Amino acid sequence: MRALSRRLPGARVWIHSERRQAALYLLILLLPLPVAVYCIGLGRYAISPEEVVRALLDFALGRHDASAGPDIAYNLVTRVRLPRIAAAMLIGANLAVTGATFQGIFRNPLVDSNILGVTSGAGFGAALMLLLVGDALEVQVSSFFFGLIAVMLAYFVSRLYHSAPLLVLTLVGILIGSFFSSLTSLLKYVADPLDTLPAITYWLMGGLTDVTLDDIPALAAISLLGMVVLWGVRWRLNVLSMGDNEALALGLNPARLKLLIIVCSTLMTAMAVSVGGVIGWVGLVIPHAARTLVGPDHQRLIPATMALGAVFLLLIDTMSRTLLPAEVPLGVFTGVVGVPLLLVILRVNRTGWR
Amino acid sequence: MTLLEARSVSYSYIPQQTVLSNVSLTVPDRSVIYLLGHNGCGKTTLLEILSGIRPPQAGTVRLNGHDLYHIPSARRAQRVGLVPQMHLPVFAYTVRDVVMMGRTPHLRLFGTPGTHDRAIVDAAIEQVGLAALCNRPYTELSGGERQLTLIARGLAQQTEVLLLDEPAAHLDPRNQHRVLETVSQLAGQNVSFVISSHNPNSALLYAHHVVVMKAGRIVADGRPAEVLTESVLSAAYEMPVEVIYSEKNAARAIMPRRANGG
Repeated sequence: MRALSRRLPGARVWIHSERRQAALYLLILLLPLPVAVYCIGLGRYAISPEEVVRALLDFALGRHDASAGPDIAYNLVTRVRLPRIAAAMLIGANLAVTGATFQGIFRNPLVDSNILGVTSGAGFGAALMLLLVGDALEVQVSSFFFGLIAVMLAYFVSRLYHSAPLLVLTLVGILIGSFFSSLTSLLKYVADPLDTLPAITYWLMGGLTDVTLDDIPALAAISLLGMVVLWGVRWRLNVLSMGDNEALALGLNPARLKLLIIVCSTLMTAMAVSVGGVIGWVGLVIPHAARTLVGPDHQRLIPATMALGAVFLLLIDTMSRTLLPAEVPLGVFTGVVGVPLLLVILRVNRTGWR
Repeated sequence: MTLLEARSVSYSYIPQQTVLSNVSLTVPDRSVIYLLGHNGCGKTTLLEILSGIRPPQAGTVRLNGHDLYHIPSARRAQRVGLVPQMHLPVFAYTVRDVVMMGRTPHLRLFGTPGTHDRAIVDAAIEQVGLAALCNRPYTELSGGERQLTLIARGLAQQTEVLLLDEPAAHLDPRNQHRVLETVSQLAGQNVSFVISSHNPNSALLYAHHVVVMKAGRIVADGRPAEVLTESVLSAAYEMPVEVIYSEKNAARAIMPRRANGG
């Protein structure tokens, strides 16, 4: 924020008061709600925000009268768009907040939750099931399972080396990720080019087209559980980001705390990938954007990252389903929008880390 | 009364390359102990062992008679604090954020600092004279200001023993004086300090007790007047050192002696 105010002199006055910083923070936290209402209304069949709110309230309070005849707006909002929008927001919040926590514990602003190979593992699991079975549920379960396997492999293999645990874990994570990417390439090579190969390729680019209401409970449960834990350790993340020796001297147990955070973040990432496929850039771009707006203190950074991640992926998903006549995979748009955004943020936010 | 005690402590990072060998040190309450010695003689390692973050490979460390390494880490950090040498964190926390981290051992598992902690932190920032900078990013400060921030964090931790690793290395004379006066004042109020330093003159002024180390061993140990002599210091630093007396101020100063007598 301070860097932003330096770039934009007009912003200086506005930003410097603590009360206004608090107002900005509150605004960020509330942002997902209006954006969600707005985005639900967008699409081939446009629905006004009032109608969206009415349909959502009817749905939430269970007061919809089905006998009154078909209600297109209600059905479209609750059956088609709500699951997809909820999934986009949960996955966006998941990927963004795990990115922020990984950057904190690895003390490296250039990592995200993919660093331990979870995405590649999950991608392989999904490709395998698409090749063998092709059923949505099995694809999800297998991708979740292989995401976890990849991280556990990274963790236990890194334990075999007895030096610089964090560096080794990161290196081994990258290697395990590459290993699973190669296996995925092998699957693509043997896949039927007319049938399974497009399915695998499309899945690996990420997308929420096939999300239904049934996907939401598991995704929501794991996401909320993870978010509560990460929110709980928000203060300790500050201390952890100062390094192990300092965390130890300040009475924390860095090894145990990091393990908890890694397990939590991995579960959240694997869950997100199993529902939405491989969606890059959210975990890298959003924490940086949030740090620019609310500062590096994880007490505000964690909630702000969740809110901004939810908004970002929701907007991207809305673009991908409304901008062009045919749907564009999510992973394409997160990169197309995310990379320029990151470049701008890095330009504005020159100080902060080196 | 003995507060913290290391008995026959040894440590090596690489086998056969001993950093500390058979070091014993007693920290009484309300005392200021200076650790002097050449670069790499093991001062930082000894401070880390005394702080409870680096278990010794031989020997014991006791806090009020209890094995320091058997005390739960948060409880230990409420009683023993370590102010490390200056470093640069990755993220641009403000001075207040960094000092607030000193309150960590006093917080509950998922807790965050409250009003009480904020008051303690503000007082600590005031004590080192950083009030004007408290909302500035730590990463944008000068070396000395960063060092003062870490010292304030140590004060905010409110421990019985505070271990300072070269606290004055980057400070100007005024700030050195300010920090060490604060140390003296707190030593009168039930806090003990162990300070590693490369400045024997500051030990003359502020230490109750001086420990001189050389290559991982303690070579002299006692009251400043007994230990800070030409022979001890010349041997410890392997260079000629002169102690100058000023009868006018009843003061002494320690100077390196040049080979040509200059």
